[in-house]
Amino acid sequence: MRNPYLPYPVRIDEIITETEDKNLKTFKFVFMNPEDEKGFSYTPGQFAELSIAGKGEIPIGIASSPTEKGFVKFTVNKVGAVTGHLHYMSAGDTMGIRGPLGNWYPWEEMEGKNVVIIGGGFAFTTLRSSIIYMLHPDNRPRFRDITVVYGARTPGMLLYKDELAAWEKRDDIKMHITVDGTSDPEWKYNIGFVPAVTEKKITSAENAIAIVCGPPVMIRFTQPVLEKLGFPPERIILSLEMRMKCGIGKCGRCNIGEKYVCKDGPVFSLAQLKQLPPEY
Amino acid sequence: MMQEYTGKIREAAKRLLKDGKVDVFIGYRKGTVPMMNEPVSISDPEKAGLLHWDSSCGLNLCNYLTKRTDRIGIIANGCNSRNIVTHIIENQVKREQLYILGIPCTGMIDPRAVKRAVKFREIHDVAERDGRFTVKGEGFEETFEKKDFLQKNCATCLHRNPVIYDELAGALAPEQEGLDTFRDVKKIEAMGSDDKWGFFNRLISSCIRCYACRNACPLCYCSTCFVDEAQPQWVGKSTDPTDTMTFHILRAFHCAGRCTDCGACERACPMGINVRQFTKKLNKDALELFAWEAGLNEGQRPPMDVYKTDDYNDFIK
Amino acid sequence: MTYKVFGKKDWAETLKAVRASYRVFVPVREGDFHNFRPLEDETIPNFDFFNTRLSPKSIVYPQSERMFECLTDPESPEKGVLKESAKDYTLQAIVGVRPCDAQAFQIVKRNFDNPEYSDPWWVRRFESTILIGLGCNAPCPTCFCSSVGGGPFDEGRLDVLLYDLGDKYAARGLTERGGEFISKLQGGNPADGKVMKEASALAAAANEKITSRLPSDKLGQKSVTALFNAPFWEEAAFSCINCGTCTFLCPTCWCFDIQDEVCGKQVDRIRNWDTCMSSLFTLEGSGHNPREKKFQRVRQRFMHKLKYYPDKFKNGVQCSGCGRCVRYCPVNIDIRQVAGLMNECEEK
Repeated sequence: MRNPYLPYPVRIDEIITETEDKNLKTFKFVFMNPEDEKGFSYTPGQFAELSIAGKGEIPIGIASSPTEKGFVKFTVNKVGAVTGHLHYMSAGDTMGIRGPLGNWYPWEEMEGKNVVIIGGGFAFTTLRSSIIYMLHPDNRPRFRDITVVYGARTPGMLLYKDELAAWEKRDDIKMHITVDGTSDPEWKYNIGFVPAVTEKKITSAENAIAIVCGPPVMIRFTQPVLEKLGFPPERIILSLEMRMKCGIGKCGRCNIGEKYVCKDGPVFSLAQLKQLPPEY
Repeated sequence: MMQEYTGKIREAAKRLLKDGKVDVFIGYRKGTVPMMNEPVSISDPEKAGLLHWDSSCGLNLCNYLTKRTDRIGIIANGCNSRNIVTHIIENQVKREQLYILGIPCTGMIDPRAVKRAVKFREIHDVAERDGRFTVKGEGFEETFEKKDFLQKNCATCLHRNPVIYDELAGALAPEQEGLDTFRDVKKIEAMGSDDKWGFFNRLISSCIRCYACRNACPLCYCSTCFVDEAQPQWVGKSTDPTDTMTFHILRAFHCAGRCTDCGACERACPMGINVRQFTKKLNKDALELFAWEAGLNEGQRPPMDVYKTDDYNDFIK
Repeated sequence: MTYKVFGKKDWAETLKAVRASYRVFVPVREGDFHNFRPLEDETIPNFDFFNTRLSPKSIVYPQSERMFECLTDPESPEKGVLKESAKDYTLQAIVGVRPCDAQAFQIVKRNFDNPEYSDPWWVRRFESTILIGLGCNAPCPTCFCSSVGGGPFDEGRLDVLLYDLGDKYAARGLTERGGEFISKLQGGNPADGKVMKEASALAAAANEKITSRLPSDKLGQKSVTALFNAPFWEEAAFSCINCGTCTFLCPTCWCFDIQDEVCGKQVDRIRNWDTCMSSLFTLEGSGHNPREKKFQRVRQRFMHKLKYYPDKFKNGVQCSGCGRCVRYCPVNIDIRQVAGLMNECEEK
């Protein structure tokens, strides 16, 4: 059996700077051994440990969708030693990825439902994976209406700008893009915090499931909005972040109560979280 | 003498808390295993009965004084009171925050020496009385003189009485005299280079990097210790001997001129390492080079802090 | 099952002779205490101990272990590609392990070996380890193995149980591998009825000598929320100095850290024991720390051992009652006392 601590060797195929402050970059990885791609078969919502020998590993949500073949994409924020080094690497460099790890968004439960996606800042990565997955012709019929509320501090801080614009034009997905504020007179989307825009644009919890990904402050203010609309805690889905090392539920670092965020999560319903100690 | 302090400590704590002079009172409560006591913080005057003092109060309470804004009542013997002075000089606590109950101390019992003396038979209870203590265990009972079992730092202590206090728990204790405080350091100084290196390597060979010594030390209050830094990372975290030696030597240097030889580090170490061998040399250097002993005087700044025109080092001129 | 008697006089030689088949670990006196060490020609085994200072967990799970390595030579096509470090899984026997420490391996195994993921190194090394247990004739006042599912002569997952009968050891094989070990030992005579009776009496007497217990019978019924929000944590955690003594000495603690170290052109990915007592343990890159305060970390240790682990694995608490944390905590935080507070905590 494959050693779960051993990363798959990958090569960086492309690096795109996503945000105006240059702190967020999307990395496109290609497996150096083609058969590893099969071993890495994943579901939207999962994450992987990006491994740079000599620096360490970081747990990052998978931004590409399994419907996109031949590569995997991750959007990484420059925060510390490993991400700092990663940001200075170039296309052609080699490193490792380990995974896929964790659980995924509750796709079975989402079948036949209206899907409401609420994302803030750079937590939008696994939501991109989910949107591309759902919009794929093989999958689109499985879901009813798809509504997306996505906000960043400024227009320059939005991720995947080209794709957002493309989705906006489609009629099988409703996009509500917002920024906290902007001085750009050409800005044609919303201005306002994500919770406020959610309150305005999401009108019903009928047969709907909400996936919320964002910084703790955004989640704290979005949760009551959804609850007021009538979303029960079982149908509010969150993806948590914790400091991780092994990613496979062994090193003991990421526990919340008896659950490991890396193995039993990172996706939890609000109902599940309410039963756990608030230590995250 | 030491047992009588318990009554005085309880009375003072109750009084100070009742009168609202302090928000909390920090002392010790009797431990659940022989020769151990647990530091405790009480805010309810009715709990003053928990407080206890004996010759097993070796953990330095000044650990619990930093980064606080409340008013604290605290008991302090000679070495601990000098740590309070050091905290004040280093801006870790304000004098006005503290009400210090000074304890003239006759030293702590070294639990390791006691265990050796009873040949490691299991000890169930240790009771002190009048300068002696009785050790009871499975099928044995022996009485010893406390002065023969003092902790190593207490045996060479020159500052038993508190140097700063608001109230004294008892009459001042006679200070020890005529001691060769640095005899063990001189022995190492006399060794050749290779022998010294071998000595220190053997000393830390059983270190498990638990950092009990660092955490028990009141001087180690940095929010991020140098061994915990990641950007850049100075020291590796494994049990590699070079990294381990780096930790001990650098920590000793960070305590240079500040260590009061309270012995908390040695007492805390689960592997029984004589970690004071590192800091004692630096204490000797501070005394010989700068006529300096840490924490004796609130008004005096430490030598690493001060430039004097008659500094003996030439390079500074 | 095999049941033989060996004289203590030749015990060291008997064990040395069996090194052809096993890497043998024995307790050795080092200064003021004992630790398990590999049995070499000059080693003097010393079985006159209550328990070793460090638990034998490091024999299966070293404190620092190299996981992977690679070179950083820019010319090499393998630059930056980690390869598994060579491992040695020679059959090993820990002679003189106490039943509490043997039980601890079972407790840890539930985390390291489960259907979803298996830790390759821990599991393989544990599978190549034979436990030759030594029953405790004189449990200490800090021993509480019997209240956490063990006992001074608990057979748990031992391969052999040794009974110290004064001038001799009675060795009783409990598993096939245990029987094989005994049969490889030279000398020794089959145990007769008298010896067997003496051994059983010893075990029964030892059980009566355990005076300490860990109160945990009511923890199962209490909710996680009630225990988590109980008012006693700040007070109970006051004295803690957040060192790693309890976690490193504890045979049932397993948390680890992964570190990459570079020396010259070689990169090593190493795993080291880690401690939830450290403020770095849950510190996130953003600076957010779910357990920023000391009492949160102290609460985590006891909640994990006495509530989260039993709730998860439904097989007892994550403690084998060895008493090391009680004896060596520099500030005398006593798990028996904290468990008592938790056990009596009110459901709100």
